[in-house]
Amino acid sequence: MRFETLDQLAEICLKENKTIAEVMLADQAKETGISADEVFRQMAEYYQVMKEAVQKGLTGNTKSRSGLTGGDAKKVADYMRQGESSLGGPSATAMAYALAVSEVNASMGRIIATPTAGSCGIIPGVFVSAQERFGWDDDKLVHGLFTAGAIGFVIANNASISGAEGGCQAEVGSAIGMAAGAMVELRGGSAQQAVHAVGLALKNCLGLICDPVAGLVEIPCIVRNGLGAVTALAAADMALAGVGSVIPADEVIGVMLEVGSAMPTKHRETGKGGLAATPTGRKLTKELVEQRRRKAKEAKEAKQPPSDTK
Amino acid sequence: MRFKNVFSIIGPSMVGPSSSHTAGAVRIGRVARKLLGCQPEKAQMTLFGSFAETYWGHGTDLALTAGLLNFDTDDERIPEADLEAEKAGMVTEWVQGKGNGPHPNSVKISLWGGDRKAEIVAASIGGGTIAVYSLNGFDVQITGEYPTIAVTHSDRQGVLASLTSLLSREGINIGYMDVDRKGRSEAAMTVFELDSAPEGSLIEEMLKLPHVLEVTLIDLTQRS
Repeated sequence: MRFETLDQLAEICLKENKTIAEVMLADQAKETGISADEVFRQMAEYYQVMKEAVQKGLTGNTKSRSGLTGGDAKKVADYMRQGESSLGGPSATAMAYALAVSEVNASMGRIIATPTAGSCGIIPGVFVSAQERFGWDDDKLVHGLFTAGAIGFVIANNASISGAEGGCQAEVGSAIGMAAGAMVELRGGSAQQAVHAVGLALKNCLGLICDPVAGLVEIPCIVRNGLGAVTALAAADMALAGVGSVIPADEVIGVMLEVGSAMPTKHRETGKGGLAATPTGRKLTKELVEQRRRKAKEAKEAKQPPSDTK
Repeated sequence: MRFKNVFSIIGPSMVGPSSSHTAGAVRIGRVARKLLGCQPEKAQMTLFGSFAETYWGHGTDLALTAGLLNFDTDDERIPEADLEAEKAGMVTEWVQGKGNGPHPNSVKISLWGGDRKAEIVAASIGGGTIAVYSLNGFDVQITGEYPTIAVTHSDRQGVLASLTSLLSREGINIGYMDVDRKGRSEAAMTVFELDSAPEGSLIEEMLKLPHVLEVTLIDLTQRS
């Protein structure tokens, strides 16, 4: 890739009069030796999986394997249909869709890691709802995924996209930044504005710890995906309105690394701190452990021959 | 740069819930199966660290099993991999590892099938990316992201030259190479991570080279 920072990326776009998506697609083709058409086709396949996950999350059974979560996306979608939501229709739709994909993930359904499975709801939530709202064709959204990918590429290489490394700011935070920047470009904003959106979005995610109950990608991951989709839309709007990130996005990414490194281990995907360590978090964990022991014991007993045959 | 391309950020296409505990585990299982070279009849998994602590909630056990059945990361049969294993006649055994593995998410897999045996030690290091630390007792450092050839041979002069010249003749570029031996003049393993997948005939040719005992192609880039 010809860029290591968002500043360099915006510079290339300006110089070559290209969008971030066009630069990413061309650079990806060059780096991998695979034709741009083939690279595009692969991404288009991924977009279909995202759309399917939204549908599945709104209509199918999304009960997770642990039994802790499921069905909330449908609740939000139904609530919206019944009247005016506090958030307003389009944002609430993005939120419901993001919850839907995250719930599909927790129920061992098919998703695209964007950038991780724990943060897989935000980009589809923002993209699929925007597509319906603005009547865009699939190809446009696939371009948007290259924009999101370029932004994530910079974050991943200069900070982190792993909860175990940098906390939830690295997973959900990165996804929010990626979705915000992509949304700016999809709506005709400049690369510079897209980069501002990333800065604005990431600023609001700094310090977010990764504290999943029982270490599972469910509580609080799923709701954070729903809320993240809304933050991404808000950051995109600010940037499109001309609001700049006074602290440049690359410097915010630097702060993300600093904060992530300073985070205690218990707040980095161990399930031992934060919400996971609350009385309720501990209780749920204990119940799951007991449930598992019981099942293991039952399975063992079922396999053993009856004692009188010994 | 740790992340080299756009699909390491957008992707993989996978069955949830965790890119580390599920998608990465599928890939590890597939590498192990490729090393064995056939459907395993028996598989023993020793789990370490976070794999051992939370595998049940993340479906890591199902994901490893799915990989051993050669399923891809987004195969919708992953949640029923235990039943699929039964159908395929594969018995799985789960062991809690003692002490620390080489990484917080690691597993040692021992496989038996036909008259063959294989063993790998690997870890899932984030976003579905894996690191393989050992193949059949030889220390290696591979990722499964590129078509990989593992060659078991005797530690003799000229073996590497004959292998690399075959790859060179086919116009295949080596991205990474690793050699380990049990001892001087004893068994050795060389692994090549390649920029493009080799033809089956090249593998056949390698097998015919002097002192070469076994050649295995580990290619996860091809969908099963």
